[in-house]
Amino acid sequence: MSSVSQLENANPVIFQRSVERLLTASDEDEEIHDPIDNREIFDLIRSINDPEHPLSLEELNVVEQVRVQVDDVGSTVGVEFTPTIPHCSMATLIGLSIKVKLLRSLPQRFKIDVHITPGTHASEEAVNKQLADKERVAAALENSSLLEVVNQCLSPRGL
Amino acid sequence: MAADSALLLSLVEEFVSGQQDSKAKDTAKGVKDGQFTVLQLVEALGPCLTNSQAHTRARGVQLLSEVLLECYEELTEREVEVLIAFYENRLKDHYVIIPAVLQGLKALTKCTVLPPGSAVSMLRSLFQDVHVQSLMLAERACVYNMLINLMESREVELKGLGADFVFGFVQSMDGERDPRNLLLAFQIAKNLIRRGYNQGKFTEELFEVTSCYFPIDFSPPPNDPHGITKEELIQTLRDVLTGTPKFAEYLLPLLIEKLDSDVQSSKLDSLQTLASCVSEYEHKDLAEFLEGLWTSLRREVFQTSSEKIESAALAALTALTSCLSRSVLNSDSEDSLSAFMDLVLKDCKHHLCEPDLKLVWPSAKLLQAACSASNRASHMVTAAVMPALIEQYNSRTQCAHRRTLLEVVQRFVQSVKTCQSSDSDVNMFSDFREALCTIAFSAISESNSNLQITAASVLTSLAQQKGLLSEADIQRAVDHLCRLLLIEDDDRVSLAVVECAGTLAELHPDAFITTLIPKLKEHMFSEPMDQDREASEQNTHHALRQRCLSALAAVSTQPCVVKESTPVILQVLSSAHKGHGGFTVEEVVQACCCLQRISEKVKDTEETGRCFHDDIIPRLVALTLQATLQGESPLAQEEVLCALVPVISTSCSRLQPQLAAQTADRLVSLFLDGDVSFLPDNSLPANICLLKPQKQHDDSCSQSQLVCLLMACVCSLPKTLEVPQCDRLLLELEGLSCTSLHPLSYTSAAKCFAGLVNKRAQGDSLSLLIERTIQRVCSELDCSSSSVRTQTFTLLIWVSKALLLRYHPLTSAFTDKIFSLLDDAELGPMAADSFSLLMSDSADVLSRGCHADVRIMYRQRFFSENSHKLVQGFNAAPQEKKPNYLKALSNIVSKLPQQVQVTELPALLSLLLEALTCPDGGVQLSTLSCLQPVLINPPQTLIQQLEALVSRLLVLISSAQMNVRVASLRCIHTLSYFPVHEVLPFRARVLRALAKPLDDKKRLVRSEAVIARGEWFLLGSPGGR
Repeated sequence: MSSVSQLENANPVIFQRSVERLLTASDEDEEIHDPIDNREIFDLIRSINDPEHPLSLEELNVVEQVRVQVDDVGSTVGVEFTPTIPHCSMATLIGLSIKVKLLRSLPQRFKIDVHITPGTHASEEAVNKQLADKERVAAALENSSLLEVVNQCLSPRGL
Repeated sequence: MAADSALLLSLVEEFVSGQQDSKAKDTAKGVKDGQFTVLQLVEALGPCLTNSQAHTRARGVQLLSEVLLECYEELTEREVEVLIAFYENRLKDHYVIIPAVLQGLKALTKCTVLPPGSAVSMLRSLFQDVHVQSLMLAERACVYNMLINLMESREVELKGLGADFVFGFVQSMDGERDPRNLLLAFQIAKNLIRRGYNQGKFTEELFEVTSCYFPIDFSPPPNDPHGITKEELIQTLRDVLTGTPKFAEYLLPLLIEKLDSDVQSSKLDSLQTLASCVSEYEHKDLAEFLEGLWTSLRREVFQTSSEKIESAALAALTALTSCLSRSVLNSDSEDSLSAFMDLVLKDCKHHLCEPDLKLVWPSAKLLQAACSASNRASHMVTAAVMPALIEQYNSRTQCAHRRTLLEVVQRFVQSVKTCQSSDSDVNMFSDFREALCTIAFSAISESNSNLQITAASVLTSLAQQKGLLSEADIQRAVDHLCRLLLIEDDDRVSLAVVECAGTLAELHPDAFITTLIPKLKEHMFSEPMDQDREASEQNTHHALRQRCLSALAAVSTQPCVVKESTPVILQVLSSAHKGHGGFTVEEVVQACCCLQRISEKVKDTEETGRCFHDDIIPRLVALTLQATLQGESPLAQEEVLCALVPVISTSCSRLQPQLAAQTADRLVSLFLDGDVSFLPDNSLPANICLLKPQKQHDDSCSQSQLVCLLMACVCSLPKTLEVPQCDRLLLELEGLSCTSLHPLSYTSAAKCFAGLVNKRAQGDSLSLLIERTIQRVCSELDCSSSSVRTQTFTLLIWVSKALLLRYHPLTSAFTDKIFSLLDDAELGPMAADSFSLLMSDSADVLSRGCHADVRIMYRQRFFSENSHKLVQGFNAAPQEKKPNYLKALSNIVSKLPQQVQVTELPALLSLLLEALTCPDGGVQLSTLSCLQPVLINPPQTLIQQLEALVSRLLVLISSAQMNVRVASLRCIHTLSYFPVHEVLPFRARVLRALAKPLDDKKRLVRSEAVIARGEWFLLGSPGGR
């Protein structure tokens, strides 16, 4: 955030936050197995902070529940995210944050795929390729200044 | 006398040459006791004071000053005069002497006998001879304290000094850096301003010298011994800066400048200072800065980054607008309020009409903030904004847009409500009434649930505007609400509708009596499902009845409505009893809850009292009595009876004490003598015995269970009312509670007994009663073959609770019995559980709502008197009994207030850690819930046992019980906030262990695991913590 002197998108459109997931009776029933569903994955990533604005990815509509696909039995998760502007230089960073958040929050059995919503970014393919490459993600997290920014995105926002 | 002067000389000698500081105290004591006078002291000091060595002189003056600090009250005016002259002269002396001189002067400023003119001369010499900022911290504080003392006692004299005083002060504090001294300096500045000292031409200097600290940026050092907080400094400085309109021309530009800052706290401080300063200002002070202020405020709201700043900006705008509205206008000045409102409207209004509605909320909030400031402002805003909003709403087609606009309208109506004075004759919205109603009614008729909800709140706000809506409007609103209640099955909508109906019914009861209640009644009793109808349809009908019942409860706040609504509910109960209408037990329970809500909310008038005591309660008792005698009806079910208890108890505790006494009288004679004459139904048998356990029957549906209704009534009477035939009643209740086999019967009898004991007046009869009870209880419990041990134990717990609450001295006889039962093979687990009952509030008896005698902090008292017994018992108990003690402990501790937990727990820590390994899930859970608040501010003892704690918690995250898993994960989450160097060694281990619950089968567990694991990942990582 400090590296950019000028915000790329100074006045983004702000979207409403969705309400907290309602607790149902089956959530409290010991016997019932709750499958991991789209909403649960969305809840994991919606509160990630944007690297540029004091807003969450949900408020910027970068992530949406409809763009989350999960298969609990097959252990796969797919997340599409939409940068606010097609030339957003933060796209890789946002993707990395989502990926790290999911890596930290999901059971190991899951295969996690994070990519840009088709047709919403200029260098879509390059970013997708970076995010899909395990080695590069691991290398990125070795870089302490990159890890610092990612951790800031993942820190719970104070009031 | 000679001895005294020798003593004095030796004291002086030892202090000055011997450097013994304690001698000053001795000397002061001598002066105080009259052993020697101040004059003698000065004479004795003579050689030192005239010594050529500056250090000796300093030591001499120091002794004198310290003595004066102790004995300034005993000086005469003459002495003071001489001393002041001396000290003033000494100010010119060598710098090492100055600290002592200032101490002495400070002592003298505290004198009540200060000769006239001396204050002025003291200050003149001070300002002339001393450069305050080159003194040390303590000496600077000394100067400020002198000023404060003199300002307290010599105000008139100091004012005579004129602007010189202000100038002197400005010079002394210029460059002050220490927060402790700043607090003093700000206090002086505040006094200068508030008490009307003449500032002459030094106003700007005074402002400069204080405002240079604004905004305060101060963080106290760790383990701050002085206890000065940033907030304290901010507040005192704000008092100075906002104290006078004379500062306006300097302060306002400064605030505008600071608002541009990037630092959040300085923005916030500026906004709050702005809001508080304008309360002193007039429009002419503000005039030239209005534009700048508005630009800054607008920017803060439009581009806000935090809610705190936004709300501070809005509050500042409200304050600013009300300042402008308050000012008296001259004939030649222009109306600054209307000029300002033009500015606001020009910048905000067009955003309300933009096609994408992007800035509609910030603009609306700004306008509403201005609107709520004053009557005139709201007139201007509504006149300009309302037509535009109405037109916008009508021209939009998207539901989301319409809803936004509707919400904006609602906020406007709401914001005007806060400022409308009672004497205003015409409502501000009367011009828009028709249009607003049309909008609201059209929105509520839409199919979109969000629109319906918003429309309901618009209707509520409109109805709260005095004299705005006409009868016909209300009628239409009621029709709409009624329609939605009957057809809409979205929970959020019906909640909003019920809420709206509740508010409207309080203001306009008539429409509800004539339309809504009859209609709901009709639909509730409409012949529901045949057996062959589909289950889904039965569900919808059930949901409809639920909505109708909650609506009935919500609208019944006015006595006249209650009169109409309660018969409907009673009819539900009686048809359920007769088996008509297909009411389920759940619906009956709901009807009871509905009655209870009414009895809680309704206004306590003669009329409602009669309604409840003469009509509802007798009918309820008659119905349940019949039901119990027949045994088949849903009204004989335990859950229905338990739902009826709060109805009776609330009406007896809350409504019309005289009538409640009458009800109690009737119920007691019904239960003791079988007197059924007051019951509306005369088909009942004449001699029924309700307080005798029926051993011969199968006890599934015992008549004696009705004792819970008696309990509800007699235990909730106000303390002033006597319970009729109390002794006989107690005897019968004791008998029933110790002999009945039916759990509801013996528990209710025990509770009723306890409730009466709790309120019984102190005295011999009470002591006798208690003695009798304890004997009976102990003899039953000690006989291990007795068949009624459980029953007796129930009585024991409830009576213990009754006595514990009122601090009765015999309490310990009962509670010790419970402690001893922890080792009992049969009752041990029950005894452990009973502590939870003892420590928690019970809903139906022995609560403050029932006028019970409840002393404050009885829990803490019980804990501090008994915790050692538990620890001893635990250590002495055989292994298989230990869990009982742990459970008892966790039951007690988890009910203590958090502050007490935090202070008391370190002592019990090893026991609690032991409790975590106890196999009982309940013990684990309550121990975890006690531990968690303690973990937020971990005591040192806990950190020493971190290894044990972590390993035990990590075991619990794979517990079989879901809530134990959740609670242990929460504790592990809290652990991550411990000092980093303490927990970092556990990071890898915890992260590995937390991977497993991420795949838990329950979502609630997974989400806790995610939060905890996320925090542990951030621990010690760059960018984390």
